[in-house]
Amino acid sequence: MLIGRPKDLKSSEITPESLYVNRREWLTSAAAGAAALSVFGPAAQAQDPQPVGKPFGLQRDDKPTPWQDVTTYNNFYEFGTDKAEPAQNATKFKTSPWTITVDGMAGKPGKYLLEDFIKPSTVEDRIYRHRCVEAWSMVIPWRGIPLADVIKRAEPMASAKYVAFTTLMDPKQMPGQQLGVLDWPYTEGLRLDEALHPLTLLATGVYGRTLPNQNGAPIRLVVPWKYGFKGIKSIVKLTFTDKQPKTAWNTQRAEEYGFYSNVNPAVDHPRWSQAKERRIGEFLKRPTLPFNGYADQVASLYAGMDLKKNY
Amino acid sequence: MREPRRFGAALVLASLVPAVYALFALASDILRGTRLLGSNPIKEGEHFLGEWTLRFLVLTLAVTPLRQILGWNWLAKHRRTLGLFAFAYGVMHWLVYILLDVQLDLDELVTDVIKRPYILIGSLGLLLMLPLAITSTKKMIARFGGKRWNRLHKLVYASAVLGVVHFWMSVKSDISGPSTFAVIFAALFAYRLWKWRENATRIAPARS
Repeated sequence: MLIGRPKDLKSSEITPESLYVNRREWLTSAAAGAAALSVFGPAAQAQDPQPVGKPFGLQRDDKPTPWQDVTTYNNFYEFGTDKAEPAQNATKFKTSPWTITVDGMAGKPGKYLLEDFIKPSTVEDRIYRHRCVEAWSMVIPWRGIPLADVIKRAEPMASAKYVAFTTLMDPKQMPGQQLGVLDWPYTEGLRLDEALHPLTLLATGVYGRTLPNQNGAPIRLVVPWKYGFKGIKSIVKLTFTDKQPKTAWNTQRAEEYGFYSNVNPAVDHPRWSQAKERRIGEFLKRPTLPFNGYADQVASLYAGMDLKKNY
Repeated sequence: MREPRRFGAALVLASLVPAVYALFALASDILRGTRLLGSNPIKEGEHFLGEWTLRFLVLTLAVTPLRQILGWNWLAKHRRTLGLFAFAYGVMHWLVYILLDVQLDLDELVTDVIKRPYILIGSLGLLLMLPLAITSTKKMIARFGGKRWNRLHKLVYASAVLGVVHFWMSVKSDISGPSTFAVIFAALFAYRLWKWRENATRIAPARS
């Protein structure tokens, strides 16, 4: 299933070509910094799709991570714990027909075919920064719909405070689910105000194309100010609840993976520092930004909270 | 089986292959933008060299059982080669960590060593191999005397344990890699324990 480009996307909203194609300028500045160690990022192949979308929160030197890296370097344990495995093991994963259930404290619960679930919303292309909890990062041109759209349509009850997400459970198709590396199926959750934030996306594509299976097809969560594992993949269920939902990594190791998991350079993972990150394709590490560079938009959601405690 | 011709030279060449590959791939990925080691070559290269350190430790510790079980006594003289390669791969693993991963950031290095026990444990495992590498020459063996030298080289068991613990503590949730090494080392240790007990019971009646 291909979700088309929205008709209202003006060409002016597409990232100027110079931003991502003009590597030379970037290389010059990188070379100046790295002196003798002039470093070239992995090259984008000519036949690969070009990034499309409106940049959100990109820093001056942020350019989209090449298609090949975005689609072959994946943490998707349902298809293997090695980052190259999802691209190899998910090729036959069946994403159509796909049904999504909305339940819990919702005025309008229901079961939808993916197409019907998406249809009422305008699909947008947005380029976001992506920060993995393992201290690497990318810049990814997502295609998707605001999660807020879906939530508003479900009419959550006033008592609903959270939305929980569940991945498909299908050990036959997802061989990783036959291993005990996580408590399957994968689950995630957001506070309702986080879920309603305009930056929070349900992605159905990347690089202007339908989401490849290894990236969480057919529909996945993208919360750009949180560590990547919050972006639950291959979603089959949204549940509105008044209790903080249980999440997969938090269940696995609560002291390492909190419910919030906002990107925060000042709060280390117990086993490694989060102060810096390696952008895929770059040699020198770069500093990690509070809320992954989206502090202006989202810091107010956490006003008054102790972010060291609520990691 | 008798020793194949030029076994020593072939062993050295074969042992160099992963290192040459890793260093070439790292240089190519970083400088030329290839993806021989994937999208995150520094992390991959670091892990690759770390796993080869453990593999060479396994091979080193497999020499004695193989020699005794198969009667390949000629293997004994190649144990030093394997042990020195284990040390060399450990040093390369450590160098990639310091130079390319931490990128000589002293703050990060100090906090890593203090706050991340697995870094400390891995470093200790490597450090314990240093005296073994230094005393690996014929001259040093003669100077130490066989008994003392043997006792010192028991440190290799500690290195193996620390190496596996280091690997185990570093993974997120998939323990298949470290647990495989744990099982192999446990088998190699168990063989020695069994041999040692067998020898002890054989000697005991003679003494009484």
